[in-house]
Amino acid sequence: MLDKVVRDADEAVAEIEDGASLMVGGFGLSGHPIQLLAAVLRKGVKNLTVISNNAGVEDVGLGALIHNSRVSRLICSFPTGKGMWAIKEQVKAGQVKVEVVPQGTLIERIRAGGAGLGGILTPTGLDTELTENKPVMEVDNCRYVLESALKADFGLVKADMGDRWGNLFYRLAARNFNPSVAMAGRTTLAEVNTLVELGTIDPNYVHTPGAFVQKVTPINN
Amino acid sequence: MPLSTKEIAQRIAMDLPEGCCVNLGVGIPTLVAGYLPKDKEVILQSENGILGMGPPPDEGKEDPDLIDAGKQPTTLVKGAAVFDTLDSFSMLRGGHVDVAIMGAYQVSETGDLSNWKLPEASLAGIGGAADIAVGARRLCVAMRHTTKDGQPKVVKECSYPLTARQVVSRIYTDLAIMEITPEGLCLMEIAPGVEVAEVQEKTGASLQVSSDLSSIQVASQQQIT
Repeated sequence: MLDKVVRDADEAVAEIEDGASLMVGGFGLSGHPIQLLAAVLRKGVKNLTVISNNAGVEDVGLGALIHNSRVSRLICSFPTGKGMWAIKEQVKAGQVKVEVVPQGTLIERIRAGGAGLGGILTPTGLDTELTENKPVMEVDNCRYVLESALKADFGLVKADMGDRWGNLFYRLAARNFNPSVAMAGRTTLAEVNTLVELGTIDPNYVHTPGAFVQKVTPINN
Repeated sequence: MPLSTKEIAQRIAMDLPEGCCVNLGVGIPTLVAGYLPKDKEVILQSENGILGMGPPPDEGKEDPDLIDAGKQPTTLVKGAAVFDTLDSFSMLRGGHVDVAIMGAYQVSETGDLSNWKLPEASLAGIGGAADIAVGARRLCVAMRHTTKDGQPKVVKECSYPLTARQVVSRIYTDLAIMEITPEGLCLMEIAPGVEVAEVQEKTGASLQVSSDLSSIQVASQQQIT
């Protein structure tokens, strides 16, 4: 019987080692896999490369990992803003290297990584310092920046519902980066509000088909 | 007299066409949502995956799964759609959003936009700004005409790190409304009581004056929220 459900977040993150690359879903705290990240913090692993839209909020989720100096490299679109003091401290202390990527480019690079594509061509950031040192190509008389696909050892996502086949349903605007992250992580870990029986999520409303997901764990409130 | 930020927002809302899809950036543009005309349907898009964003919720009714691009609680209107970031940026970058309103540090006379990083910043985020800037069918900037120290923000060439090149169509400030045309920067409307000479002096690029120059009229509407 195919059963991707694991008992808790600690069991879900068991394979994550020092130096691992993690892709993390969420827009701010919305759709952010807080429990999985808390388990990563408990595990004590460090020197992590993290790909995520933001740099965590306060010392919750990704913010906690950054604040505790577990992250050495961050690829994101928006590391500043209310509550993102942890990354500022770490950058000032020379503890973390931050690469800023436009959000639309970031999501497509993640999608490309999950979709078996080598990269994408985008007009975003062309002729600005956002894309310096990146190759520029001309297609049909239009210039584009060539951006490579992004992949990670682990994808950490948060969903509203999940079943034992790994099918996921997201709620409202908590969807954001999660479906793409679920594709691009070599091993995808999903924390879900509610674990449901097969068939509970109508096939028309499965947002992430189970093929992309390896482990599902219920959130303990 | 220069316009207040609320008046700038009110004036921008007056220009939104019926049935248009709009993305509002952080800062002054966010205020535009509070002045949408009651007699027009305007559909608000939020980069984190909402089409049909509504006003902020009543206190106590916040839903953590429903936030806007500024990470503040929001609501949905009837007819709304939610989707992921991939679809959102397909909408934004792919030219499916009619109007985007953004704040800026600087705008050049050819429509270059600098609005993500101050020169002295050690850490700055771009978010969705660069994608929205290249993809919006019409990009308008809402900002003060000068910095706090009186330096022009409309310039010949941006000196701050660029967000995108040749993207801005119209600039709304506390002193003026300017259009960027193939013939150059053109003053279309001027704040009541403000002289053309003052606007030209405070603009760091040559500013033509429209033969139809008029005074900025802000419709007196109650703020919806």
